[in-house]
Parts: sequence; C-alpha cells; structure tokens
Amino acid sequence: MSVSVRIPTILRTYTGGRSEVTAEGATLGEVIADLEKNHTGISARVLDDQGALRRFVNVYVNDDDVRFEQGLQTATPDGAGISIIPAVAGG
Amino acid sequence: MAVQTAETATNPTVDLGPAAALSCRECGHRVPLGPVFACEECFGPLEIAYDFSGYDTEELRKRIESGPANIWRYAPLLPVPSDVADKPNINPGWTKLVKADNLARELGVTGGLYVKDDSGNPTHSFKDRVVAQALEAARAFGFTTLSCSSTGNLAGAVGAAAARAGFRSCVFIPHDLEQGKVVMAAVYGGELIGIEGNYDDVNRFCSELIGDPAGEGWGFVNVNLRPYYAEGSKTLAYEICEQLGWRLPDQLVVPIASGSQLTKIDKGLRELIGLGLVEDRPYRIFGAQAEGCSPVSVAYKAGHDVVRPQKPNTIAKSLAIGNPADGPYVLDIARRTGGAVEDVTDEQVVDAIKLLARTEGIFAETAGGVTVGVTKKLIDSGLLDPSLTTVVLNTGDGLKTLDAVAGTGLTATIRPNLDSFREAGLAS
Repeated sequence: MSVSVRIPTILRTYTGGRSEVTAEGATLGEVIADLEKNHTGISARVLDDQGALRRFVNVYVNDDDVRFEQGLQTATPDGAGISIIPAVAGG
Repeated sequence: MAVQTAETATNPTVDLGPAAALSCRECGHRVPLGPVFACEECFGPLEIAYDFSGYDTEELRKRIESGPANIWRYAPLLPVPSDVADKPNINPGWTKLVKADNLARELGVTGGLYVKDDSGNPTHSFKDRVVAQALEAARAFGFTTLSCSSTGNLAGAVGAAAARAGFRSCVFIPHDLEQGKVVMAAVYGGELIGIEGNYDDVNRFCSELIGDPAGEGWGFVNVNLRPYYAEGSKTLAYEICEQLGWRLPDQLVVPIASGSQLTKIDKGLRELIGLGLVEDRPYRIFGAQAEGCSPVSVAYKAGHDVVRPQKPNTIAKSLAIGNPADGPYVLDIARRTGGAVEDVTDEQVVDAIKLLARTEGIFAETAGGVTVGVTKKLIDSGLLDPSLTTVVLNTGDGLKTLDAVAGTGLTATIRPNLDSFREAGLAS
C-alpha cells in the first residue's frame, strides 16, 4: 500500500525540506514505522513514549481525523492522502 | 540536536516588550520569538515566556492606572512594543464590568455578581483583544497579510484590524455561518472565503495552507501568530481585577471554545499575583460549553485528562470547536482551582440570553447565553457558591446571533387609539 504523506513545517528537517513524501503501510501505525525507516527521528516527534499519537498531533487519512476512526489502526488504502498537522484552535 | 538555553533562545531583532522567548507548554523547550506555534520537539503549543524582572509593584500599578482606556494600559505585561499605543490598531478593551444585581436576585447570588461585557469592543466581541496582539506580532515579523480561520467573530475582528493598519486580509469561515456574522466580517472590505465544512475543517485547511508556498508571508492570527494572539485574553483577567479595585474575584465563569481564553485568564490572574498587584488568595474558574459541543465538559465529568473530539451541533457557533486544542489545560485549571466544567442545552442558552437581557439590559450572543445558563446550572447543583463574588463573561453582542432568539417579537399589535390600547390590557 503506497500512500502520500503531507509533512508539516516543523517535521521537514527530517524529510530534507520536502512537504510531501510517499510511504508504505496498510495502517497508519505501519505508515509511521515506514516513515521512520526513511526519515529517522520522525516517529519520536509524532508518537509519545508509549507509542501513542501525541495529544497535540492531528492526523487525517483522506480527510478523516483518525481520532474518530481507529487511531493508529486506521486503514490506509493504496493511494490514500495522509496529513500530519499540529493542533491549533481559536474561533 | 543542539540544546537550546534561555540565552540562545532569544531574537534580539524583534521588539515585543517583555516577551523574551517562546516556550513549549508540554516540554519546556524554548525557541526565539518568531511566527511559530508548535514545538519542534513534541508538537506542544508554544507560549510567550516573559521577563518581568525589574518591575516595582507600585510603579507598575501607577503606570497601568495612568494608561489609555484600552488594553494598552497593560502593555508592560504583553508581547507588544512599549510605543504600541501610538500605532494604528483597533485599541480594544476596558469594557464594562457590570454589577448585575437584578440577575443576582434571580439566581440567588448574594456575594456579588458581575458581568464582564465584552460586547463593547470595536467589533463587538472579545476577539478584538487577541487580534490587536496578533497585529502587533504581524508588524514585528514583517507580514502584510492578516488571515485566520474563524467561527465568525474573529473574522470581523481581523477584517477591522487589517483595515485600520493598512494590511490585506483574507479570512476563512464555515460556509453556513450566521448571516449577521458574514456581513460583519465582509463589510471591512477584505477577502472572505467560505469553506465547505465545519470550523475544524476550516482550521485544518489553514494549517495546511500555512505550510504551503500559497500561504507564505501570511500572518494567520490564530495559527502561526497564535502564541501572541492568545495573550490578548490575559487582559480580561487584568481588567476584571483592576475594575474590582485590584482584587481577585472568587469565581469566574468562562466560555470554552478552544479553551485558550480560559487558560490565559488563569495565566493573567497568576501573573497579577506574582507581581503583587493583587492579594494571593484562592479563586475558582468554571468552564462553560453548549451540550451540542461539549468535549471538555464530557471529559471533566468522566474524570479524564484528555479530550475526545466531537462533531459540533449547537446554536452557539462561536463555541463550536469539536477538537479544542487547550482542552486538557482547561481540565487541569478547573480541577486545580476547585472549579468545574458544565454544559447547557440550546434551549437553556436561549432562555439565558433572554434572562440576561430582561434583568440587566445586556443582549448577549449565544456564548453569553452559555455562560449565564451554566452559571444558573452550577448554582442549582451547588457547585458554584452564591455567597462568593462571581464574574460571568459575556464575550459578544447578541446582534451577531439574532437567529437564536428569532421567535422573540411583538407583545401585541393594536390600532392607533386608546381603546385598543386598553383592550389589549396594556394600561397601567
């Protein structure tokens, strides 16, 4: 399963400045593991010490917030678009 | 990765008064002042770290009291240059703290009830406070376009501030916003873009835009300027205390959207205590949400310290943030201060808007209905002590959300003569 991942500015030091990279994996957890193989250091920024998504990281698979889906177990179908975004707010 | 110390984490080219650096609320990592909002180590929110050393309490108090009748009287405590009052800005704040004796009687409050009425700001909501701060940061960082994601109130505040300062503005809102708010944002002449989605979708879009060349050079007040913007809410705490005669209120009831305002009010109160401007004694902060968007209230009642996002469905659209970034901090503050987080139904929101209007002559927007409604509910449930001084926030003008009270209308229609007047039972 090949997916495209949009990388936020604060993680681009790990992707050589690229704002979008491709990764492999059938679930979000697998995609992050694959990202780590090719862009060492990225996993520790997105996941906490227990391996869960950090609370100020929002991840979307094809526009769906994974917190409304199955979190790291959310399926990432072939060709899916994934966005990693720092949480912000203020109405 | 190089270890960053307080000394290296400064940016001497930016003059933002006592603001010294940006510090991560989660891990404490410090970075120089700049248009960034998330920690590069842990994604945590960055906030302003100040250098208040060298302030003499009584000199500071006098300086504040002799300052302008707007938020710039507190410039020594804000991330703004010392000559901020001379720059073109919307100069919000110093709104009325109304002693609400009639409402107090209705609710059975004996310890003194006040409404901090922020509908008196230039664009009729508290958002002018935060946008005024963001505008100064935008100037400091060389931006000339001001932008934001908005549930409506912020859009108007950004449009007005950009107009005054001669900036371009381009604002993004959910496409189905109340018509009044759309007009109040569009009238300032900036670009206003409806996004097919809810506020969380708009927010997400702006976050992506900011990392793309298409959004380069833009100051998004509540994204890349958020650390500066958010500090504007501290001025609510400063004003309330100064208007009470440099005294802390015992209890505050604050609306929750992202939760930022509540956390910054707490920060402002703690700063005043730390600077010796008010006596150090306990205060309680209560958070208020609408039932149709109550992720923080639900988490509070369940005893959780994280917030599970919701899909909003409430008439209180200015509070309809289903994934509130500051939610965990709100939970911490409510528990630390002995407060609580409560929610009310849309019907209770409407009743509360009418109650406040009927008793105090204050027409609140739906967010004000939420705080008044929650205050009543907290008193009824015994969580809020009616014998203590209580301040309830009204953060916006009811004219912005007329739809909410659309059923309110004529008492009677009569012919233009006295007989008809008497027949209608209107004679004294």
